Amino acid sequence: MNEFTIPLVGILVAVVTLVSVIGCAVFLWSQESVPHTLGKTTGHSWDENLEEYNNPLPKWWSWLFYGTIVFSLGYLFWFPGLGNLWTGYSGWTSIGQHADEETRASALLSQYRGQDIRALAANANATDTGRRLFMTYCMQCHGSDAGGKPGGFPNLADRDWLFGGEPEEIRASIADGRRGVMTPNGYLGDDTIRALAHYVMSVNGLPGADAGLAARGRDAYMRPDVACRTCHGEDMRGNKLLGAPNLVNKSAWLYGSSEAEIIKGITFGRNIGDGQSTDNRMPAWGQFLGEDKVNLLAAYVYSLN
Amino acid sequence: MSETQTTYNYTVVRQFAVMTVIWGIVGMLVGLIISAQLIWPDLNLAPFLSYGRLRPLHTNAVIFAFGGCALFATAYYSVQRTCHTRLFCDWLASFTFWGWQLIILLAAVSLPLGITFGNEYAELQWPIKLLITVVWVCFAIVFFGTLVKRKVEHIYVSNWFYGAMIIAVAVLHLGRSVVIPYSLTGSYPFYAGVQDAMVQWWYGHNAVGFFLTAGFLGMMYYFVPKQAARPIYSYRLSVVHFWALIFTYMWAGPHHLLYTALPDWTQTLGMLFSLILLAPSWGGMINGIMTLSGAWHKLRDDPILKFLVTSLSFYGMATFEGPMMSVKSVNALSHYTDWGIGHVHTGALGWVAMVSIGSLYYLVPRLFGRKQMFSVGLINTHFWISTIGIVLYSASMWIAGVMQGLMWRAVNADGTLTYAFAEAVKNSYVFWQIRLVGGLLFFVGMLIMAYNVFKTIAAGKSEDYPVLAPQHA
Repeated sequence: MNEFTIPLVGILVAVVTLVSVIGCAVFLWSQESVPHTLGKTTGHSWDENLEEYNNPLPKWWSWLFYGTIVFSLGYLFWFPGLGNLWTGYSGWTSIGQHADEETRASALLSQYRGQDIRALAANANATDTGRRLFMTYCMQCHGSDAGGKPGGFPNLADRDWLFGGEPEEIRASIADGRRGVMTPNGYLGDDTIRALAHYVMSVNGLPGADAGLAARGRDAYMRPDVACRTCHGEDMRGNKLLGAPNLVNKSAWLYGSSEAEIIKGITFGRNIGDGQSTDNRMPAWGQFLGEDKVNLLAAYVYSLN
Repeated sequence: MSETQTTYNYTVVRQFAVMTVIWGIVGMLVGLIISAQLIWPDLNLAPFLSYGRLRPLHTNAVIFAFGGCALFATAYYSVQRTCHTRLFCDWLASFTFWGWQLIILLAAVSLPLGITFGNEYAELQWPIKLLITVVWVCFAIVFFGTLVKRKVEHIYVSNWFYGAMIIAVAVLHLGRSVVIPYSLTGSYPFYAGVQDAMVQWWYGHNAVGFFLTAGFLGMMYYFVPKQAARPIYSYRLSVVHFWALIFTYMWAGPHHLLYTALPDWTQTLGMLFSLILLAPSWGGMINGIMTLSGAWHKLRDDPILKFLVTSLSFYGMATFEGPMMSVKSVNALSHYTDWGIGHVHTGALGWVAMVSIGSLYYLVPRLFGRKQMFSVGLINTHFWISTIGIVLYSASMWIAGVMQGLMWRAVNADGTLTYAFAEAVKNSYVFWQIRLVGGLLFFVGMLIMAYNVFKTIAAGKSEDYPVLAPQHA
């Protein structure tokens, strides 16, 4: 932006602008005084019948033109418009206007600053504000009912947490973002993967689970060379430090509960970034939203549960 | 070329006139598709048929294919008629026709394939931009060459506007097209950051100003007095509004960048020169409409004149709306909403398309040896169906735009936004549906025109006419 505002350019801008604006008025004035002959043509003729009357400029039109020029000169006095030579009598700047609005908005939210998230979650005014913030920043992925959507958008109202549901854990998820990685397991071979999928389906009572396959899958789950237990645990209840989902009695599935989707998850993993796995992440909102909004959002999400 | 040549070159005018109708239909069909995709997103059937790729195809097709062919046809016709001489250099004129069609075809292939530079109205990649430069320079040679060998002393006002359009578009195109190619289908921008944005809207707004305003004012200045058989209202007004228009338009671009990283003073200049532009813009409307003064009765049964006068009314509305939307506080409401789409189409359908359609209805019978179009009744039908279409289109987009602007800025007492973005989208659907109906009506009008033009051509014959001697030497 410096190229626009070095001193010499500032003077040039001011001079060229003023000469141009005032020049429009001078030009108009000079043309108004040219003699005219009302209702008579100029005497020129083209293409059989093309002629032009030598009528004067309509008065109202000239005054409209002058009016915009006078307004512009007044505006240039009041607002920044002449480079950095004259930044306007009013002192207005767009960045100043933005800062004013920011200050007013943050003053409204700062009344909750420093309060415990549990206390905020019990305060109806705070959760109302939190819900409205949710509709601005969160509903695009998590839905207006916070119910999430298959494809990697978690349900926030089902008490089933990937990274923990304590107030501080929710706050950290919002402020710092989350990205749970599931390693790919294609090396196990299609048969074993299918058996594992049916095991997971059977422990959740999902339709289509084959008992024989599920039994083989349970054996595979416990094998020392199979990685499932490392993150999801022997009891399959997951690990919130890693964001590893609880695989038992799930009410909502992050990526869907069909056999094909579960097989895909086991085979290619999640968030591998190789174009084969389905990837998704929770962005870090802390810097963008600021502490007050993050706390109010955490309180709202906590209150849903 | 010898001095004994005594006919006008109508061949190239016929070619451009016919392609105007065809590209108009193609461009507006693409517009219908993308407008339907906003209502039914499932219509994004394949990547090359997706909204993001078809939208620039629509804008390029209607502006440069439909509008461009209309400008070529009418400029070539009127410049030789008002200069009382045959068009300069037949083969070069023919080259501009085939070159321009090749450019359009390349655009129609490359844009759906996703080959784009990404800057609005300047999406075409550098090899096509080079071709545009060559064809445009040839256009300038043919046009100004004809002016040079004119048989009358004074240059008629329509030629001032066409000439300004040709020169300014050349400058704009070269300024915007400075890129660094890395392959046949790819290039890096030369400018960076806010400078790039400023160059973009210096180009983008003046494309509107010189291609879609000055060029079509040239058209207006020939066909309105011709069809009305009346002298232009005021020569002095022509002079003042011409120079004021081409001077102030060049400054107006920054009004596309209000409340952005562009320095405040630059934004202010964009706004003020847009305001100052109001009177010079209206000068053309006054001169056109007042030309009818004393001949208003002709409007009753001349549908061609209806098209021309209605186009001037829409021109007046759009050029009032533009300066108003450039005012910072209005822009804070209107920017990024459908109001912008409404504004653009008031100009594109109401002004550009209607003045072109009216001029073509004047032109086509004369090019093919007929007294008038195959059916004057169908011109009338076309007029009413397209007028209703524009009214539906503009009104729905105005309402949608103001609604979106108000919903986006609505704030609760606690400082939070009243509406989620999706709520404004949800409430826009009904207006998008009305817009689709409006666009469909306008499109049907173009089909009626195509039929009428086809029947007129089928009954006529391609004859060249002898050059008229000037009345005053």
